[in-house]
Amino acid sequence: PAFGLFIFTIARDPLRIIILIAGAFFWLVSLLLSSLIWFIAVKASDPQDERLQKGLLIFGVMFSVLLQEAFRFLYYKLLRKAIEGLVALSEDGCSPISIQQMAYVAGVGFGLMSGAFSMINLLADALGPGTVGIHGDSQLYFLTSAFMTMVLIFLHTFWGILFFHGCEHRRWWEIAAVVIMHLTVSGLSFCNPLYVGSLVPSYLLMAAAAAWAYLVSGGSAQNLRRFLLCKC
Amino acid sequence: MITFMNNSDSEEEPCNERTSLMSAESPPVPSYQDGLQASQAGEAQAHRKRRAGSSRGPNNIAGGEMSGSGVPVRESILENEEEELTLKYGAKHVIMLFVPVTLCMIVVVATIKSVRFYTEKNGQLIYTPFSEDTPSVGQRLLNSVLNTIVMISVIIVMTVFLVLLYKYRCYKFIHGWLILSSLMLLFLFTYIYLGEVLKTYNVAMDYPTLFIVIWNFGAVGMICIHWKGPLQLQQAYLIMISALMALVFIKYLPEWSAWVILGAISIYDLMAVLCPKGPLRMLVETAQERNEPIFPALIYSSAMMWTVGMAKPDTAARGPSQQTWDAAEDGREHLRSPSHAESQMPEMRSPVPTRPVTSIEELEEEERGVKLGLGDFIFYSVLVGKAAATASGDWNTTLACFVAILIGLCLTLLLLAVFKKALPALPISITFGLIFYFSTDNLVRPFMDTLASHQLYI
Repeated sequence: PAFGLFIFTIARDPLRIIILIAGAFFWLVSLLLSSLIWFIAVKASDPQDERLQKGLLIFGVMFSVLLQEAFRFLYYKLLRKAIEGLVALSEDGCSPISIQQMAYVAGVGFGLMSGAFSMINLLADALGPGTVGIHGDSQLYFLTSAFMTMVLIFLHTFWGILFFHGCEHRRWWEIAAVVIMHLTVSGLSFCNPLYVGSLVPSYLLMAAAAAWAYLVSGGSAQNLRRFLLCKC
Repeated sequence: MITFMNNSDSEEEPCNERTSLMSAESPPVPSYQDGLQASQAGEAQAHRKRRAGSSRGPNNIAGGEMSGSGVPVRESILENEEEELTLKYGAKHVIMLFVPVTLCMIVVVATIKSVRFYTEKNGQLIYTPFSEDTPSVGQRLLNSVLNTIVMISVIIVMTVFLVLLYKYRCYKFIHGWLILSSLMLLFLFTYIYLGEVLKTYNVAMDYPTLFIVIWNFGAVGMICIHWKGPLQLQQAYLIMISALMALVFIKYLPEWSAWVILGAISIYDLMAVLCPKGPLRMLVETAQERNEPIFPALIYSSAMMWTVGMAKPDTAARGPSQQTWDAAEDGREHLRSPSHAESQMPEMRSPVPTRPVTSIEELEEEERGVKLGLGDFIFYSVLVGKAAATASGDWNTTLACFVAILIGLCLTLLLLAVFKKALPALPISITFGLIFYFSTDNLVRPFMDTLASHQLYI
């Protein structure tokens, strides 16, 4: 689905592609820094202690989430500057791309990169022979991973929109809500392999975020109805 | 790599078109230890060509002189508008370069992942004489540095040779060299590649069929690259030979040497293009003085140049460059091909030659094309291919390097739009790529592995 989003909405316009790749880049850098911190922490601690390792892992995850949001903010700043540059360059005084479109594309960029990093090794291994969950782990590993990744990609997209909107209108509570949601989703993934605990709330959160982002972008129930009715 | 923006006048167009028929250098065949013949001269030439191809001089002034008959005010307005157009369409050109670079990398990564041949070590090139199978780390490091020095000096020698040839107008020699290189590249390497792919998938093919296939492929390739052909086909061929060359490099360069060479080459590129005495810069400036396009053999171009003769009917509108990659072969030595991205503004003349006199003064629409040297393609692909081949984090590292290189390319093109001069394309991308490769491999991989094993998501 994320690739479908990419093809239909982004691949037309070269500017969006650039913003997408830049968004992916920013996510990557945030991942790099967070794994650096985790790595240092692990090296500095005792490798035998299981609980400590688990705790460090949790710490690493939380820190990474915070870093991701920080980088989203930085990316927002960069895009603001870029929009001013584009407006100055264009002939009719308005930017070829709006900040909302940028928010959407940035969100997709973040999401795609995070999804890719989560899934791709899994997919590569899935091509080979083997049995899922042979050591007593859940047999639904691949399926749940796929669903989780998809929900995360969508969530990143919506968070991008909400985040940028919050920054534009200086509503700090929106930004804080995005950060808290991100932390929650990551935290929920700690419940794995108890999939009920992690997947279902994540999907609910995603639906909530989707509705919120839709409203923020100027949609409403009437628009939705009109869209559906006109098309059908 | 040199990127520069070219505002070529309509007057220059015919000239450019005619001279664009220069053949690409044939890359020299590297001498393999398993007995392949290497033509040193060929390589040197190729090397040169590459260099020649990659440097492009800034051509902004051309815009000003362009409408010599025009009013100065109009000229300046033209220039301003052109600048705006440049920046505005910059995104489109970036994408026009993204696509071939991505395609090349995809081909290389796909081959590396599936065909075992390219990851086995079967000997080294003569250009990297020091072996890396030494027991101690220090010795290995020393050997790789020495290898790099040998390789870079070979490249420098070849580039200087090429520049000298170009300066003294020994065009026939250069053309012959390019033709030889591309011949070898198209036939020999394709044969090896096809053989390996067929072996991997256990598909039987008899020799006559093989001969016919390779003959067709090679012949069409030669025609496309050195003569006329549809733009898409030219681009496809250039991408393919870049990928082939990159695969050869990945196979035959020892591990640490490859990374050190990549780093050294970007530094060299930086210096060769930006220093006033750098060979590439001299090449570009010479080409500009003579109003000729830089060797079409070594540059990938993304747009068509349409020229309309002023007093004569339309000349052929063909892709500006099919810069062959010959240099790439040459490049064994010539590993680095200074690639330069050139933003050209080919003017699209109105196809109606009814008003030849005024066509000069009309403001023709310009379709810009961007040019990137083939060496850049090769080195980007080498980086990503090496990441795919040797990284233990597999796809994560490859993906990270890919994104890093694309971002580097973006930044380079941005700088090109700002500076409007020939710029080296390698340094920024390669630096990003290297940083990301090493950091992803060592830092991110354990993190992601641990996360994945607990199925945590960040």
